[in-house]
Amino acid sequence: MSHVLSQTARLAPTVLPERRFGLRLPLLLLLAFVAVPLLGSDYWLGAILVPFLVLSLAGLGLNLLTGYAGQTSLGSGGFMAVGAFATFGFVVHGGVPLPLAVLFAGLVTAGAGLLFGLPSDRIKGFYLMVSSLAAQFFFEWLFQKFPWFYNYGSSGTITLPRLEAFGYDIGTAVGRYYVTLTVVVLLTWIAVNLVRSQTGRSWMAVRDMDTAAAVIGIRVYRSKVLAFAVSSFYLGVAGALWAFLYLGSASVQSFGISRSFQILFIIIIGGMGSIAGNFIGAAFISLLPLAIDHLAQAFFAGHVDAGLLQNIQKALFGVLIIGFLIKEPDGLARLFRTLGERLSSWPLRF
Amino acid sequence: MGSPRRSETTAPLLDVRGVSLSFRGVKALSDLSFAVARGEICALIGPNGAGKSSLLNVLNGVYVPDSGEVVFRGEHFRQIEPSEAARRGVARTFQNNALFRKMSTLDNVLAGLARHTRSGFLTQALRLPGARREERELRARAETILEFLDLQPYRDLIVGGLAYGIQKRIELARALVSSPTLLLLDEPLAGMNAQEKAEMSEFVRDINRDLGITVVLIEHDVGIVMNLSDHIVVLDYGRKIGDGTPEEIRSNADVISAYLGTVH
Repeated sequence: MSHVLSQTARLAPTVLPERRFGLRLPLLLLLAFVAVPLLGSDYWLGAILVPFLVLSLAGLGLNLLTGYAGQTSLGSGGFMAVGAFATFGFVVHGGVPLPLAVLFAGLVTAGAGLLFGLPSDRIKGFYLMVSSLAAQFFFEWLFQKFPWFYNYGSSGTITLPRLEAFGYDIGTAVGRYYVTLTVVVLLTWIAVNLVRSQTGRSWMAVRDMDTAAAVIGIRVYRSKVLAFAVSSFYLGVAGALWAFLYLGSASVQSFGISRSFQILFIIIIGGMGSIAGNFIGAAFISLLPLAIDHLAQAFFAGHVDAGLLQNIQKALFGVLIIGFLIKEPDGLARLFRTLGERLSSWPLRF
Repeated sequence: MGSPRRSETTAPLLDVRGVSLSFRGVKALSDLSFAVARGEICALIGPNGAGKSSLLNVLNGVYVPDSGEVVFRGEHFRQIEPSEAARRGVARTFQNNALFRKMSTLDNVLAGLARHTRSGFLTQALRLPGARREERELRARAETILEFLDLQPYRDLIVGGLAYGIQKRIELARALVSSPTLLLLDEPLAGMNAQEKAEMSEFVRDINRDLGITVVLIEHDVGIVMNLSDHIVVLDYGRKIGDGTPEEIRSNADVISAYLGTVH
């Protein structure tokens, strides 16, 4: 029997990463909450780590929908816009305090996501992705067309006068970093809970084979629509953070179709159906441009112009996406895990 | 089997009445009627294309019959959603494995407990005590089934890469974990070697005897069918040509000419 076992183990080397965290999670949190703010400059905190965290959160939102529940979407940017504009509306028109406004905006976005998830009963895969484009363009149009959404400003941008939470000023780089980090940690914890609960298993069952899911008693349509709502909640909160804690002032252009693609790239590169993958993907996508800049500075100091660098960057991302889709559909998260497993048994088998 | 307590126990668990089904004019089932008693193993046999799988699909709501009805536990259905059938206690496996390929064995089996989940979405999202308690209970149930079917060694492996015979057993575990009243098995022994077949039919017998679950199965291996089942229904071109105990089927002239071949 053991012979048979070792054979199957070789066929299927993937062991689910349950309870992998152990000591690593507290260490990571200590690093993020204590060490990074002590050591990081305002530039690093505000201009690199905040957007990295927000993009991770947006990736997490899309990953719940696409990586776990198997429903494709290109509407992430649109839902982020809903979150940002709804937060603005609640604060400016309703006088709601910021933290509550973000929560409400998340719920509003969840409602919008639910609405645009309704066609998933009949439409699948590629066609569903096309229908999610409708959400993207609808929201872009909506928030441009009606000045009420941006409080009749001339430029169509939304800005909050003062960033405040529970009486504290959170406008500094450190403040913005802490708030973003707290929100992201909280929502990641919820996502992990969901993915390991019956809700998450139902999503994955629907993703892997929806007829079989129905036959074992999973309400497939309800599962899908729930995934749209939850995913949109995450994207809405991410949109609000992106607009007010990172950019400071945002407009519809901050949430265009290219944002949707960026979020999609994050989960493709990071790993579909992986929580850690969103962070890896977001880190990759926000650090690679910086790395390219630095390399260009170091080697060609000024001989390569910025426009060309941008194009090189795009080409590089394109190649990477194709590469990942072909070679490692499970993304960097899987790559790292495999590497870790090999290293842990290194002298014996690499 | 215990002594009959009430009239409910003597009424058949499943009663198929005059079911017809066609695909674009091609008759898959025509006016088919038979009954399955509570606690028995009923085998559906017949040549390829006789309508056996279509019949299972009607029983758990994947197909809607053109006419006729299905009575299950005294309730009449013509149209039922598959998830609703599952919630009423009909579980099934598929001819070609229909596992959730990217999930582990344990998660596949846990997914089979969907109809027993009571905790709500928010309780699960926030991991409130109710959700944690329920998750522990579900896991305990899943572990019991894994042990029953000797599947513990594969618990944490992703099912997509496992051997075919193991996958079949995991699918059985997933169907079984929900404690169904009626278990539909579509060719549970297909593609197995003799030893695996013997093991699997032993599992089916245990499920029926120890867990008291009524089984309707499709199988081509007549030798095993004759041994395993209490009741056999023979289909040919969507019609019923035989219905009875294995002995009766063995001596049924229609069945012999259509399916079993001449006895030498």
